[in-house]
Amino acid sequence: MAVSSTAPTIDRVAIRAQMGKERLLRIYQQMLLVRRFEERAAIQYQARKILGFLHLYIGQEAVAGGFYDHLEGGKDYSVTSYRCHAQALFLGLDPKELMAELFGKITGNVRGKGGSMHFFSKEKGYLGGHGIVGGQIPVGTGAAFTAKYRKTGGVSVTFLGDGAVPQGTFHESLNMASLWNLPAIYVIENNMYGMGTACTRAVAVQDMAVAKAPGYNMKAWTIRDGLDLFECWAVAKEVVAYARTGKPALVEAKTYRYRGHSVSDAGQYRSKEELERYQQLDPIERVKKDLIEAGWLTDAGAEQIDEQVQTRVREAVQFADESPEPPLDELFKDVYAK
Amino acid sequence: MTAATVSPPLKPSRNLDPKTEPINGPKGVLLSNGRQLVSMRIAICQALCEEMQRDDAIFIMGEEVAQYQGAYKVTKGLLDQFGPERVIDTPITESGFTGLAVGAAMTGLRPVIEYMSWNFSLVAFDQIISNASKMSYMTGGMFSVPLVMRGPNGAGPRVSSQHSHAVEALFSHFPGLIVVSPSTPYDAKGLMKTALRQNNPVCFLENEMIYGLEQEIPVEDYQIPFGKGDIKRAGGDCTVVAVSRSVHWSLEAAEQLAKDGIECEVVDPRTVKPLDIDLIAASVRKTNRCVVVEECYQTGGVGAEIAARLQDICFDDLDAPVGRVTTTENPMPYAANLENETLPKPHRIVAAVKKACYR
Repeated sequence: MAVSSTAPTIDRVAIRAQMGKERLLRIYQQMLLVRRFEERAAIQYQARKILGFLHLYIGQEAVAGGFYDHLEGGKDYSVTSYRCHAQALFLGLDPKELMAELFGKITGNVRGKGGSMHFFSKEKGYLGGHGIVGGQIPVGTGAAFTAKYRKTGGVSVTFLGDGAVPQGTFHESLNMASLWNLPAIYVIENNMYGMGTACTRAVAVQDMAVAKAPGYNMKAWTIRDGLDLFECWAVAKEVVAYARTGKPALVEAKTYRYRGHSVSDAGQYRSKEELERYQQLDPIERVKKDLIEAGWLTDAGAEQIDEQVQTRVREAVQFADESPEPPLDELFKDVYAK
Repeated sequence: MTAATVSPPLKPSRNLDPKTEPINGPKGVLLSNGRQLVSMRIAICQALCEEMQRDDAIFIMGEEVAQYQGAYKVTKGLLDQFGPERVIDTPITESGFTGLAVGAAMTGLRPVIEYMSWNFSLVAFDQIISNASKMSYMTGGMFSVPLVMRGPNGAGPRVSSQHSHAVEALFSHFPGLIVVSPSTPYDAKGLMKTALRQNNPVCFLENEMIYGLEQEIPVEDYQIPFGKGDIKRAGGDCTVVAVSRSVHWSLEAAEQLAKDGIECEVVDPRTVKPLDIDLIAASVRKTNRCVVVEECYQTGGVGAEIAARLQDICFDDLDAPVGRVTTTENPMPYAANLENETLPKPHRIVAAVKKACYR
């Protein structure tokens, strides 16, 4: 169960008040943009405009949404796995360059060299999407090292899946971050499955952060309902403030992905009932409901926002489709840096 | 001598008195001719020290590099000079600190990481290959990884199977990496300086067995560019391309062969990637024969690459097939006699050159 029956009841109204209308509306729009962008990408994949892998974040939007609101692009760093679209959008990257990257075009985020698993932004301190499970964890640790070395006051957030927890890089990174007091935050996005393997078949403990952190003399947080933006946001706020004091933090967000591991995944390892149960907890629908309940959004307003977001995504698809492929002289460009 | 660049002559090794003369650390022995006498380990340490003074983005990290002063004393004195923020002992965690260095390099620092030996780099292979080597390309040039990975490579003394890897060919296989394999103190210092002033991941392959080798080198700052080889011995009868420690075995073999009237030209590419194939080909056009000597295995080795490129660009100049003297295709054995036969020692080089000369 992603949502534990022992989950402490969080005071949603208090957190909502703390966030305020403007901020909550902004995060809602970003989450919706992530959702619509990826839904549209999945359609383009079926149309064979996008090939290779396409790992969708759909269902997990509240986790990144909660964290990025506390980060400062340019000062703080973040890095994630191959499920990397949402982070780029929360950082404010243009959906056009991201969709163009998925289409393999020269106007893409990394000039058509990376595809779905490799979005980056130097300006925003986004050290990318990485294709090897667990490979990004020491990289995020290195960004935290730089923040400490240069005394910038920045932190680094490393997102990883539950599937990366058994990898050596996870344990090696936690050990170094704790030994050297690095401002490194590790967020395990436990969506319950590493590809088709339930995490209960892959990780020997249930509450991963709580179980692992003491072994590295680290502090742990568990987000019991990772489909709830308010809980994610409140925990993230505390964790980021803690890391800014020069301490590493380990967080587990219990969440769920609605789509397959990648788009080619038929999802036969989980039941329809299980999926439907989590779809009832849709993170974006819940934020919308809260906004309406607070009187900060009307049904008509919500429809208008959705239409604006859909327009942006449609424009991104059009831009990607109309963009040229990389010229062939790109083939050997940037193999080595200047 | 046909070479454009000729490095200073090597000195025979001496018995140094550690009380009066430095055998490690960043200080050489100043000579009356205005030059300095340094060992290989001092030359590398000097390069690190001088560059760290110049650029505060450079830091050194690895197992035993700080308080222990380096397992092979290459980093001796650096902790005292630069402090624990810049000279950092790590746990035994090669994959972890290599990945950390990639992240630090992507965010503006210039890490130098020491593998106590390149054997241990294999634990970090994913970080070197999937992250360091591809970052520039897969980010469309947005990020670079100015990272120097260094440490001793090749067979140590009687350390058998798991401690005797030579990784020149292995790492040369992947676009995005630079592979440096210096054979002399002069080359090592100049190449390390270049490595620390450019923006790509560099595999800097030292050799434990020649850390004590001494040479007179300039006191002044100098750099040696990547991709520029060096003629270590001139000769007109057979080109011997030799990498790292093999240069010294080849020079020894060349002296023996000279007694039989065969003059070898020993070409040291200095960097395996990029490879100075032009210098090698120019020598082959003169001698019409070539033997490659290296500590890697023959299959997919540096010699395989050089032979293939030579037949591509100077096929008609070759009077004999390109010979290859490599580590024989077995894991390194412990027994002294078996170890001696496994390595590309002078007696095997002599035989290969004679074969190429139909003698």
